[in-house]
Amino acid sequence: MSKLSLIVKREYLTRVRKRSFIIGTLLAPLGLLIYMLVIIGLSSYETGGKLDVAVIDEANMIHQLPDDKGIHYLQSNGKTLEQLKQEVKDGKLNGVLLVPPIPTLQKKEHTVFYYADSKLAPEKSNAIERKIADKIRDFKIDSLHINRSSLDMLETEVSIDPENISSSGEDESKYTAGVGLAIGGIMAFIMFFMVLMYGQMVMRSVMEEKTNRIVEVMMSSVRPFDLMLGKIIGAGAVGLTQVIAWVILSTAVTFILPMILHVDPAQMQSSMPQGPGAIDPEQAQGDALRIFAELGRQNWPVIVSAFVIFFLGGYFIYASMFAAIGSAMGDDMGEGQSLTLPVTIPIILAFYITAFVGVRNPDSGLMVFASMFPLFSPIVMPFRMAFNPPWWQVGISLILVVISAYFFVWLAGRIYRVGILLYGKKVTLKEIGKWMFYN
Amino acid sequence: MILSIQNVVKQYNKYLAVDHVSFDVPKGSVFGLLGPNGAGKTSLIRMITTITGPDEGQIFLDGEKLNSRSPEQIGYMPEERGLYKKMKVGEHLMYLAQLKGLSEAAARKEIGYWFEKFDIQDWSSKKIEDLSKGMQQKIQFIATIIHKPKLLILDEPFTGLDPINTNLIKDEIAQLNKSGISIIFSTHRMEQVEEMCEHIVLINHGKNVLYGEVKEIKNTYKQNLYRAETQDALPLDIADHFQVKEISDKAVTVQIAEEQKNNQLLEFLMHRGARIVRYEEILPTFNEIFIRRVQETVAL
Repeated sequence: MSKLSLIVKREYLTRVRKRSFIIGTLLAPLGLLIYMLVIIGLSSYETGGKLDVAVIDEANMIHQLPDDKGIHYLQSNGKTLEQLKQEVKDGKLNGVLLVPPIPTLQKKEHTVFYYADSKLAPEKSNAIERKIADKIRDFKIDSLHINRSSLDMLETEVSIDPENISSSGEDESKYTAGVGLAIGGIMAFIMFFMVLMYGQMVMRSVMEEKTNRIVEVMMSSVRPFDLMLGKIIGAGAVGLTQVIAWVILSTAVTFILPMILHVDPAQMQSSMPQGPGAIDPEQAQGDALRIFAELGRQNWPVIVSAFVIFFLGGYFIYASMFAAIGSAMGDDMGEGQSLTLPVTIPIILAFYITAFVGVRNPDSGLMVFASMFPLFSPIVMPFRMAFNPPWWQVGISLILVVISAYFFVWLAGRIYRVGILLYGKKVTLKEIGKWMFYN
Repeated sequence: MILSIQNVVKQYNKYLAVDHVSFDVPKGSVFGLLGPNGAGKTSLIRMITTITGPDEGQIFLDGEKLNSRSPEQIGYMPEERGLYKKMKVGEHLMYLAQLKGLSEAAARKEIGYWFEKFDIQDWSSKKIEDLSKGMQQKIQFIATIIHKPKLLILDEPFTGLDPINTNLIKDEIAQLNKSGISIIFSTHRMEQVEEMCEHIVLINHGKNVLYGEVKEIKNTYKQNLYRAETQDALPLDIADHFQVKEISDKAVTVQIAEEQKNNQLLEFLMHRGARIVRYEEILPTFNEIFIRRVQETVAL
């Protein structure tokens, strides 16, 4: 086995076997599972409490209300308010609902009164308001002699369906943009998170070797460049392992969960985000299916392979810079902050550009530039990829990222070999700059 | 010659760390590389171990110019040494041995041999961080010699060791030397040099200021001082006959320039009827030679 592969193997195995890695890798999808279970459990939780409510319908607008949310509506049957109040006091009823007549049909607000000694829960109060509003609406429709079917005709849902003019473009639906945004956003975030986390892991590891004094022992067996590169590759492989494990586990979780709960996944998705009543269940099922169709229509092999290349490129650029900074640092982590700043700023900037500009318009000038500038492109371009950018831009971006990765690894190697053997000296950025030109 | 340093120069930025240094290390010898802190010892060792390359000059290991395979023939224990704290002892030795070019099987055999030798078989699955400092040093030593190097370079090997472990490693060094391994021993502790080394080179300010066989150097630097101790008081007129360097009631140190007359003091005292307790030639300690040479070169 070559020395480089021995180093890679050690760097990989020691990290993967760490308890923190195993816990982090397993716990993230498990956390997702628990989160989903809790959300579903909470939203389907019956707040309970049956209420018997008598309704005094003074204007004869309401008639019989259907039972809902544990509220059973009773007709007043000619009893007076005072009689019913007494029944509440006697415990025969929970409350009395008094619906006064509306003065005119033009009136847009109406107040009804609820008599009880115990407070009405928000969920129940909402349900009552909604039911009565529906009834008043029906009453108004009838009073104005409006034809119900012609009324339905007035309502129109509008959505933009983007169509490409040149024949090469694929037909897109109104979901394309949303799905693209989701895919791009997730990729950009994973990229940002992984590059920052694993880059700093490499830096800490380099510092540790230096402060442990193991590096001098290692240097007598291997070239400094091999030690640095082995560490970067090993830690990167750990990162990829973690992402792959998360993808597999999360997919498993999303497929296993419905089986445990006997829930249709489409329904589950629709009920998750906005709580009850926001989406019509039938409509939601259609939405979910169309989103799934849209996901299926994505060019996954291209997206995934581009993601991997950009991940590797971005990772190598930043991890090597972090390694160089780590080699220059002394035993004191605090003094390193000023040295790491020039490396972390471009990563954060790239993420901000994506989050604040890209989301509004993925093809704006700044985004086009950022998606090709190699310090930004590993985060920005995967985001744009979901919006079918011109192929030549992707090509240029890829070429630049690969060239830059080579360049930065080489540059970091030159800094590393000087810094790693230097002890007991505070190092400035200017000095690190000089090391690049040492022979 | 196991190692030949020829006119080697190493410059860091504008600082001349090694300035045209030449010396040879005879095969099978224990060689002392001496010098005060910052003299250029570490720079020199880093070039020998191929961590860095010389700007000028050449280095030959066993007649071959240093190349990418040279590190496998050298065992180096740096002064600044350490191990991966979280690794297990067995894994760690396996890793370092494989980096030195040993196959897995060969490495396993060697690890077994050393574990048995130091009677530490049960350490294999212990983590480095769970070992005491002295135990870690033992592991470090095993890691340095596990690939049976031709040349062993030890930089201040005894710092941080208690007397028992120091002796253990000393014995081991002696045994390794007997088995034919050449040893370069870098230190600024002179009593160790006298005890262990046959040849030395003294480096100061990057320059070779003293080089040769230990015995010869001692002879060169001796000042022909002789010392006598007597049972009773010394004769009073001793200063009339000898160049007295130091005198007390019952002991005297004199300088006798001509070596063939080195018994003169003894003869004089016996003639006066003094009872001799001790008579010896005073050779300079390496500490003195070291300080003298360093001061001389500073004066230059």
